[in-house]
Amino acid sequence: MSEITSANLIAMFAEIAKSMAEAKAHLCELDGVIGDADHGIAMDLGFSTVATNLGALDAGTTDPAAVFNTAAKSFLNAIGASSGPLYATAFMRAGASVKGKNVLSDDDFADAFIAMAKGIQDRGKAEIGDKTMIDAWVPAAEAVEAAKARGASLTELLDAAGKAAETGAEATKAMIASKGRSARLGERAIGHIDPGAASAAILIRAMGRGLG
Amino acid sequence: MKTKKIINDGANAVDEMLEGVLAAHSAKVFALDHSPRSIIARDGARPGKVGMVIGGGSGHEPSFLGFVGKGLADAAAIGNVFASPPPDPIIECTKAVNNGAGVLYMYGNYAGDVMNFDMAAEMVAMDDIEVRTVLTTDDVASAPADQREKRRGVAGNVFVFKAAGAACDKMLSIDECERVARKANDRTFTFGVALAPCSLPQTLKPNFTLGEDEMEVGMGIHGEPGISREQLKPADAITDELMDKILDEMAAPKGDRVAVIVNSLGSTPLMELYIMMRQVKKRLDQAGLELHLSLVGNYCTSLEMAGASITVMHLDDELQEMIDHPCDCAMFRAG
Repeated sequence: MSEITSANLIAMFAEIAKSMAEAKAHLCELDGVIGDADHGIAMDLGFSTVATNLGALDAGTTDPAAVFNTAAKSFLNAIGASSGPLYATAFMRAGASVKGKNVLSDDDFADAFIAMAKGIQDRGKAEIGDKTMIDAWVPAAEAVEAAKARGASLTELLDAAGKAAETGAEATKAMIASKGRSARLGERAIGHIDPGAASAAILIRAMGRGLG
Repeated sequence: MKTKKIINDGANAVDEMLEGVLAAHSAKVFALDHSPRSIIARDGARPGKVGMVIGGGSGHEPSFLGFVGKGLADAAAIGNVFASPPPDPIIECTKAVNNGAGVLYMYGNYAGDVMNFDMAAEMVAMDDIEVRTVLTTDDVASAPADQREKRRGVAGNVFVFKAAGAACDKMLSIDECERVARKANDRTFTFGVALAPCSLPQTLKPNFTLGEDEMEVGMGIHGEPGISREQLKPADAITDELMDKILDEMAAPKGDRVAVIVNSLGSTPLMELYIMMRQVKKRLDQAGLELHLSLVGNYCTSLEMAGASITVMHLDDELQEMIDHPCDCAMFRAG
């Protein structure tokens, strides 16, 4: 794909919503081990609201920045919680990075993706190794950066991001949490994948399918 | 296995609860028309008074909405079950109770709540509303004593909110209200034990498992694992274990006064709470501490979780005055 339109982005969010609905029980189960078992509910509710609100937009008259901003507001006000501010900040940053553009090039989308990861990091103040969604998002953003530099296609770029996110999420199994509610768990969290990192990998994979 | 609840659709549980609260307590509180998850005191905010906004996830009732009323919080922002409210209802609460004297945000120290309340504070700052934030960190199980700022807020909220609400009601300045709130939090300690899990209305699945003769010491009010899993013990031994840690950290000299909450996490009945209270009093007597006030019942719950927590606030003259100050809320009254 050489041009990404608002309609493509709306389809991408619809695919994310579909994936979260499918992963709802799995994410709740992961969260039940080290948290309060509601992560799947929150992600499903948040993205289904995003998909509904984006579905009501006229893709022909809405620019990509407005799509991201609508997604941000919809997600935030549907769930609050900790995922709300984190993903809302991500989508607002993506919106800011594509401001004024009517269609996005592959490079524009890569920049928006990198801005999302940066937004999550700024809002949550977590680092790699803290056992959070950052452990999926930062390696994914690095993979996007590398793919962009070598001139990879959007499909390749998002595939690299998905792989990096999955590897990053898997790596949280070996970590001790230092942010979020599971931080209070200490060593007892070892051996369990972080639900926020798991849902991040699912989300990034869904982006690839939605734009593919 | 699914748990049993008296609900309609789990997805509507919070909003239907709010409808019921308004049906029962409309003399004390109302919801904003344009922001139905912003619950406001009818007799709260007034000219010159510092506004006080509390909030957090649902499922902890009577926390937080039950503590909205004259002499305590002016407003509460309501989140989904066990999830922080988003910024919008917090912003609307803030605007509704702002009278130019500043607004105090008070809530438990959880990552989600901090992000949403901070985003709200950033946004109302653009309307020139001065917000001060005091987080409650009373749960001694959630981090070591030298990392108090990492601890989470649990049932001690009630005393900390009560003291701060009284300071606001006495028309103290925002600086003074903040100082009282911080002091109240510094002198409040909570420790709890869970016996059986709770389940979210949307999943109806127990959110953790405990063996039939096990208890978990220090479990969080969202089911976050605690610090140790032990054999279930008699009430006196459980109470001793909780009081040992609280009294040790509080380090109050003989003759000082305290206020106590023996709180049910949801399904543990008053009978068991009073059996604990009996031992709490013995331990206070042994330590030479005077019991000024006690609350026994449901104050900060975790849906239907079984278990209880003990909160002790180390009073001084000022905090005693604040705790005794009258308040009249939907689910809590004093004086």
